[in-house]
Amino acid sequence: MPPISRDDVLHVAKLARLDLTDAELELFTPQLAAVIEHAADVEALDVADVPPTAHPYPLRNVLRPDELRPGVDREEVLAMAPDVEDGRFRVPPILGDEP
Amino acid sequence: MTDTLDGWEIVIGLEVHCELATKTKLFCGCANVFGDEPNTNICPVCLGLPGSLPVVNEKAVELALRLGQALHCTAKRGVFARKNYFYPDMPKDYQISQYDQPTNVDGWLDLPSGTRVGIERAHIEEDTGKNTHVGGDGRIHGADYSLIDYNRAGVPLVEIVSRPDLRGSEQAREYVGELRDILIATDVSDARMEEGSMRVDANVSVRRVGDNAYGTRCEIKNLNSLRSLGRAVEYEARRQVDLIAAGERVHQETRHWDEAAGRTRSGRSKEEAEDYRYFQEPDLVPLEPEDALLAELVATMPPLPADRRARLAGATGAEPTDSTVVIAVARGLDELALAAVDAGGDPGRVLTHVENNLAVQGAASIDPTAFATLTRMEIEGALTATQAKTVLAELVNGATDPAVVAAAKGFEAMDTSALETAVDDVLAANPDVWERFAGGDGKAGGFLTGQVMKATNGKADGKAVNAILQRRKGAAAR
Amino acid sequence: MTFARDVATTVRSGARTARDVVDEHLARIEERDPELHAFNLVLADEARAEADAVDERVRRGEYPGPLAGVPVALKDNFCTRGVPTTCSSKILEGWRPPYDATVVTRLRKAGAVIIGKTNLDEFAMGSSTENSAFGPTRNPHDPTRVPGGSSGGSAAAVAADFAPLAFGSDTGGSIRQPAALCGVVGMKPTYGLVSRYGLVAFASSLDQIGPFATTVADAALAFETIAGHDPCDTTSIPEQVPSVTETLDEGVDGLRIGVISEFLEADGLAPDVAAKVRDAADALERAGAKVEDASVPSTIYGLSAYYLIAPAEASSNLARYDGVRYGLRVDAPTTADMNAATRTAGFGAEVKRRIMLGTYALSAGYYDAYYGKALRVRTLILRDFERAYESFDLLLGPTAPATAFPFGAKADPLAMYLNDVFTIPSNLAGHPAVSLPFGTGDDGLPVGVQVLAPALAEASMFRAAAALEAAT
Repeated sequence: MPPISRDDVLHVAKLARLDLTDAELELFTPQLAAVIEHAADVEALDVADVPPTAHPYPLRNVLRPDELRPGVDREEVLAMAPDVEDGRFRVPPILGDEP
Repeated sequence: MTDTLDGWEIVIGLEVHCELATKTKLFCGCANVFGDEPNTNICPVCLGLPGSLPVVNEKAVELALRLGQALHCTAKRGVFARKNYFYPDMPKDYQISQYDQPTNVDGWLDLPSGTRVGIERAHIEEDTGKNTHVGGDGRIHGADYSLIDYNRAGVPLVEIVSRPDLRGSEQAREYVGELRDILIATDVSDARMEEGSMRVDANVSVRRVGDNAYGTRCEIKNLNSLRSLGRAVEYEARRQVDLIAAGERVHQETRHWDEAAGRTRSGRSKEEAEDYRYFQEPDLVPLEPEDALLAELVATMPPLPADRRARLAGATGAEPTDSTVVIAVARGLDELALAAVDAGGDPGRVLTHVENNLAVQGAASIDPTAFATLTRMEIEGALTATQAKTVLAELVNGATDPAVVAAAKGFEAMDTSALETAVDDVLAANPDVWERFAGGDGKAGGFLTGQVMKATNGKADGKAVNAILQRRKGAAAR
Repeated sequence: MTFARDVATTVRSGARTARDVVDEHLARIEERDPELHAFNLVLADEARAEADAVDERVRRGEYPGPLAGVPVALKDNFCTRGVPTTCSSKILEGWRPPYDATVVTRLRKAGAVIIGKTNLDEFAMGSSTENSAFGPTRNPHDPTRVPGGSSGGSAAAVAADFAPLAFGSDTGGSIRQPAALCGVVGMKPTYGLVSRYGLVAFASSLDQIGPFATTVADAALAFETIAGHDPCDTTSIPEQVPSVTETLDEGVDGLRIGVISEFLEADGLAPDVAAKVRDAADALERAGAKVEDASVPSTIYGLSAYYLIAPAEASSNLARYDGVRYGLRVDAPTTADMNAATRTAGFGAEVKRRIMLGTYALSAGYYDAYYGKALRVRTLILRDFERAYESFDLLLGPTAPATAFPFGAKADPLAMYLNDVFTIPSNLAGHPAVSLPFGTGDDGLPVGVQVLAPALAEASMFRAAAALEAAT
């Protein structure tokens, strides 16, 4: 795989809602590239017929009954919110629709 | 609108999201209810507070599997995955859904009109909170700010994805109607589009009739009713056909249906194609559907609309796709019809009455035996169709003996000779009309019949009058 | 040094009040924490009130719990209701959770007295606690050096006798490595044995909560107190928690212990640390264990796999910090801009690096090559461990490559990541491991050695650790 580039870094920063200054871009790009390059040993392995392990312990069907449980007090939660109106969380205009 | 447009086929696939009828949310014990005060049904889990963890609601899984069985799907190992994107109504800024291993795959649904529509998958996922846009005209563009209520965040959803087997707006509406009926029959969801417990997105493309390749499709969102669905599909199909006819290309994009303006509008900004970075949800473990549960779900499956149509058709000698049958089931009057036929009623008259005269409150509680008797009276000529309709209305109001009702209203059949005299009198009084009728003018026949009805104060049976007129006409021709 | 077991016994007997114990520790904190900065927040009033409540239970003849009156320090990524939980990040500065983590509830029920929230690398990402937004913690053995990380504050708190017990989280070594650098015992349980509910997530399939203590016995007691199935955590193992305190002193006679050759042959391993591991191996042999060389070949890929899996999960876990519902908000004209401005101002450099790394590893076109592949390498590591455990009951190795390093010594991220080579494999496998102090390095600073065990084998792991401890 090609080494991670400035554009790659800008792209993932955008996906992750992070603004980077030029200085940060200059700093982070080689740092990230070094880590990805270190991971090249993994990349080079042929593990096509090795199944992935998403989870170290093989649990299945962990479920809970459909029963009401106490939630949290709305006031306690809203008190911690940056901006509230009418019992709801207030945010600046949302441009763009739900993906 | 037919399913083709100027030689173009309108191809539709629908994605339907339904809220499951559980007591609590998908991953926490908060109430799953509509309409409560904002942010009163929340907890660390559905708010996505730091440190919170999801635990799957067993009832949601059961309902999802039941729905899958009702749609003839194969139940598979289900694996939850994170769909990552930023949006303020999403507390974790990722949605827990299912990606490459959904719980239900490869099913189908038969439309009442007969077409079989493939169901690609029906998977489980959590719902988002609700945004309210303030300022502007309440729409997202031009709003001053937005307010978010997380009561709905974490409500369990099943997303049902159809294959692009639907053709035209009528089939699209039929599909959604049938799905809704299935959801209600199985108690999986109350499927109220107006409350948002069932939401439809339509993927629409066009291609020339006879073409095998699919055209470029657009996804249409914000369809709040069956009517909107139909209108949006028709508008979008026309838009695409016009574009192609003008030598342009259809761009794959998401569009929004603007109900007020009656058109779709381009939605998502095109440079930012979302990369959801799906990966298996590490806070959850896979769902393995158990044979015992599946068997129980199948064994306890209530009659689905298709089953009811088949049964009613079988009992009445009609086809399951006949509109009378479809309507009877859609109105919930199939049980009544079956009981009436069982009690000796005439199947044809029963179905006709259900279709034409029983779209009223209280119809379902008519005494089936009385209904059966009524239809036999009609067949035997004791009541005209019009008279039967009146008597039926009384049965709806609670009367139980059609003969008594008929007598009370003075409905008796006219005897044949009196009828013939009445007809001849009218013919004599209207010689020019008679001549026109004898010469083949159908409208003239209608006028003459009307005159007979008038002269007999409605006691004459329209069909019998017609029969006499035809005989006279035949005799005159000789 | 104070021992938790002793405190609990004397408090339960009434020979000493919990209040007296907590006052003693608070005095030590007041004296030395300004220098060390083990704590983000000292809960003096709350701790005194909790101690008084314990004493009241004792007075009424009610059983006050296995950790009665024991002051405990909690890493500041454990949700404590009504008490600021910052994860040492500006983005959560001042945030008070409306709920307690399950572990916190269990500790309270056990009679423990929560004395403070300890410093960490921001969002548990780091190996030195230098990434804290509120300033680093200093190693009590040498304040010019790091205590390790990410649970540096908790390790330092125990090392400085601010509390007999502390708790941290271990995702790639964040309990064991600081334990080694601070000369205390630090343990990571089998994945799923201790509830993660209320632990602010870093990497969900790797995170585990565990104890710091001055003795193996105390660590064992602490582990037993917090472990056990939690219905609020889907990944919580339903199995019975292995009882570890009862068999602690049974010794290692007949236990087969393998010294991991890949670890001892690793490039960055300091010779003095390697020597201590061999000393530990000898000690175990003298105590009756059968000690031989063992091989777990795929562990050499552990670092790479970890630095793809952990950041990937973290990038998703940290998406929720968007300025909408809690924490820092930096205003902007649109929500998207506000999200970005908030996260940019609120996250430190290391957190940003890992978020970007993780986003990259998951992104379209790269998933199979990076994250997808790392999950398969994880399987290889698991299989190699399984194979090794056919011939051995336990494995032995170093915890950290060297003793505590000076502040600023590992500015290069990759150099910092290399601190975790010996601890990461256990996280990837979900296996338990414990680090205990075993002598000092050439510089006189503590060295830790690590005992690794298969899943749910905490009992034999603690036995071996106890035997090693007895030999020092």
